[in-house]
Order: sequence, then C-alpha cells, then structure tokens
Amino acid sequence: MGNLPDKQIGVLALQGDFYEHIAILEKLDNKASLIKKPEELESLDGLIIPGGESTTICKLIRNYGFEEKIKLAVTRGMGLWGTCAGMITIAKKLKDDYPKPIGIMDITVERNFYGRQIDSFEEKVVIKGLDDKKFNAIFIRAPIIREVGKNVEVLSTLNNEIIAARQDKIFVTSFHPELTEDSRVHKYFLSMC
Amino acid sequence: MTSTKLINSNQSWKDKTKPNVGDWKVKGGLAQMLKGGVIMDVVTPDEAKIAEDAGAVSVMALERVPSDIRRDGGVARMSDPDLVSGIINSVSIPVMAKARIGHFVEAQVLESLGVDYCDESEVLTPADNDFHINKWDFKMPFVCGARNLGEALRRIGEGAAMIRTKGEAGTGDVVHAVTHARQILSDIRKLQNMPEEELMSAARDFQAPYELVLEVHKNGKLPVVNFSAGGIATPSDAALMMQIGVEGVFVGSGIFKSSNPSKMAEAIVKATTHYNDPDMLAEISAGLGDAMPGIEANKINEKDQLQTRGW
Repeated sequence: MGNLPDKQIGVLALQGDFYEHIAILEKLDNKASLIKKPEELESLDGLIIPGGESTTICKLIRNYGFEEKIKLAVTRGMGLWGTCAGMITIAKKLKDDYPKPIGIMDITVERNFYGRQIDSFEEKVVIKGLDDKKFNAIFIRAPIIREVGKNVEVLSTLNNEIIAARQDKIFVTSFHPELTEDSRVHKYFLSMC
Repeated sequence: MTSTKLINSNQSWKDKTKPNVGDWKVKGGLAQMLKGGVIMDVVTPDEAKIAEDAGAVSVMALERVPSDIRRDGGVARMSDPDLVSGIINSVSIPVMAKARIGHFVEAQVLESLGVDYCDESEVLTPADNDFHINKWDFKMPFVCGARNLGEALRRIGEGAAMIRTKGEAGTGDVVHAVTHARQILSDIRKLQNMPEEELMSAARDFQAPYELVLEVHKNGKLPVVNFSAGGIATPSDAALMMQIGVEGVFVGSGIFKSSNPSKMAEAIVKATTHYNDPDMLAEISAGLGDAMPGIEANKINEKDQLQTRGW
C-alpha cells in the first residue's frame, strides 16, 4: 500500500478471531501485535477488539484489568474498532441483561438481533467513508445498534438497522471484515488512527 | 495438463454448498468466533448458566456427560428436545448438541430446535456403520471428530465446518487428544512439504479428497477451525493442547465432574487464553480442588474405545 504511515495497531487476543485481523493488516503492510496484557496497550495508535463471544471477552477484559486501561488509551487518542462481539463490548448500553459492556461508545446495542446461527448471512452493504463499491458483509449471530448518541455518526445501515458507526476515533461494525479478502475497512480504520 | 493448472483450478470443494443453505463463510465463521475459547458439556440449564458465567464460548447440551455414558453403557442417543430447548433458552451464548454418526434425522431435529452447531459425535452410539451425515444438506453447521488428517478431510468433504480431535472422551486422560492433534498437525506438515507431483498419491494414502489435499498443501492448515476434545480435564491440559497447535478446546466431563465446577471452568477459560504464559498458568491452576476422577485411556480395550467409531 505504502501511502499511509505505519501505525502501531494491536488486536485484543483474549478470545476470538484475532489472527484474521492481523493477517489483513499484514496484507496492508502494517504491522500489528497480539495484545494479551493491559500494559501492552500503552504505545498503540489503534486497538481492534475482534469478533468472538462477547460474554467471554467482557469477562476476561474485567478479570485482567483492561477496562480502565482501554478507557485511558482512548482518552489519550488511541483509535478503537470493535467488530461484532467487539462492538457489544464497547457499547455504553445493551438491550440485553448480559454481559455488562465496558461502556466507551455512546450506542445502545442489541445482541443476536437476527437470531441464531441458522439465521446468519452475508449481504453486500454500502459503507460511508469507503469508495462506492459495496462491501460483502458477513453477519454471524450479529448484533445491531438500536440507538446512537448525538456525537455518533451512522456509517452503514441494512434494512434501516444501524450496522456501522463512528464516534470520533471509535469505530464499530456488526459484521466481520476480517473474514473477507477485502481490506478496505481495515484501511479505513488505519486512516483514522 | 500441468500440475500447476490442477492447483489453480477454479472448481472448489466449497461450491458443494447448496443455494440458500448456510453459506460456507457463515458456517465456518461461527467456528472462527469460538477460537481461543472453551466449549463445555452441560446437562441442565443451571450448568449452562454456570458455564456461561465462567466465560465458556459455547455449551454442548447433553443428557449425560461422556464419563457417565461410558459408565452406563447401552445405546446413547440425541438428547431430549425439551432439554436442548431448555438450555438454548437459559443462555445467550451459542448452543451445540450431538447427533449420532450417520443419524441425519437427529440432525434435522436439532436444526429445527435452533441448535447453533451439531456435533456428529462418536460419543453417541453410531446409527450408520458406513456413512456419515451429508452435512452439505444443512444450514446448521457441523463439527466432527478426527484422529488423523485423512479423517478430518473426509469429514470436511462431507461438509463439516469445524474439526476436533476425538481423543478418548469421558476418561479425563489427555493422552489420545495429544496423539490425535500431533498426528493431524504432522500430516499437515508432510503435505505442505510435498512436491506437487506426489499429492495425488498422498490423497490416495490419506484416503482424502484430492481438492482438500491441495488446499492443505497450499495453506499449511486445515481449511476449517481445528479444536481439541476428548480427555481434557485441567487448565494445563487445555494449555498443552493450545501449545501443540489447536485453536480451542472442548471440555466434556472435566468441568462438572470436578469438585468445584465453577472454579475449574473459569480456570480452564483463562488457561486457554494465556496458554503460553507459565507464570499465569501456575496462578490459574492453584487451589482448584480435585479434577475429575480419570480412567487411564491406554488401558481401555480397542472395542471399548469411542474414538474408533466412524472412519
């Protein structure tokens, strides 16, 4: 790629498909590291919370003291991107009683909105901030955003449900760009970090 | 035709996916989300809740855990739909359930209940001596057991979207899970290093579909997520399997046959995350009470082994 300066990107590696994110970032010639301990957040320009099981990720984030450290890093200007479970993890509120999210982004999220695994699907969607070409989005027991705060910009909808949004340098997607061959969303995240 | 042309052929084994039946990326995608996680056997909604609270990425809904199936003998079948539904309704994480090898009607029932992943499992009594389920027929994805690469690729050829080692279920003895994981990974390394002209004979020897042999040769890994199962009973067992090179673990009897299930469950979850960190593992493994009582798997007669079921 070459037209973006190298950013220090970390992928939270407590559970989930973190290697898939690393692989796409490496395809973009941007180095990325696995983050397993809170102190590894300190020098990052951007952190990705990957897809996985949100109840597990939320639990491990709290167990290992990530919650405050991620909030601090965002305050100092680190970019943050949550895909699917990652989006649930950083939401301010959930429509569900479980798990308890860490509450960084001013959105209300509903888990498993489309149903169970047999209702999972792929769909081509338009994402604001990318070029006009549609993005093949993969939804796996996916959540959607029910409500957004006033500082949140909606970047993509599917049948009127919000599936991607941004608040300053915090970015979320209901779907999994890391499971595709298309690196445009990762490029977009690098450009905001 | 040159061998390069064979490798670049556009025809893909994934094309077997039927239109409107769960797409391959979506089926395999859920397994991707489970990576680095622990899938726990549970027999009641309360146990499912304990597993979810401990950080399990998914639960396997069963009437009896494998060690009880082993003890009781008789024919082990799919669980009662009421039990499966009760567990589905009690947790927010994905729920798996087992169908007998070849019993596609049990699988149809599980799909109709909304089960997220079907385990076509040797832990239950096989329903077909020759044929496994044609998993391409289902929207619900399948996980299947394997002892070597050929077996894994045969199941993937039938449509399995996730593989696990068979190990020897219900023993609490990790030795066969280790053997099977090492065998699969060593088979993969062999294929990866083979020159192209040897791959067709390798497909013959492994009794595996040629197109999948090509894919493993090119990528150096299985085309689906690869977990370990069958005998994992402690945090160190889970970390051992992760260090050997699997992507996550199933724990069957190991959680709820231990003296403190909730503590054991949480510890195995943590060990699967920090599998490479001995200091963390020492801390995680301390003061857990008794692990499940075990049976030495090497002393079980071949006819009593569960792993020899299926082919």
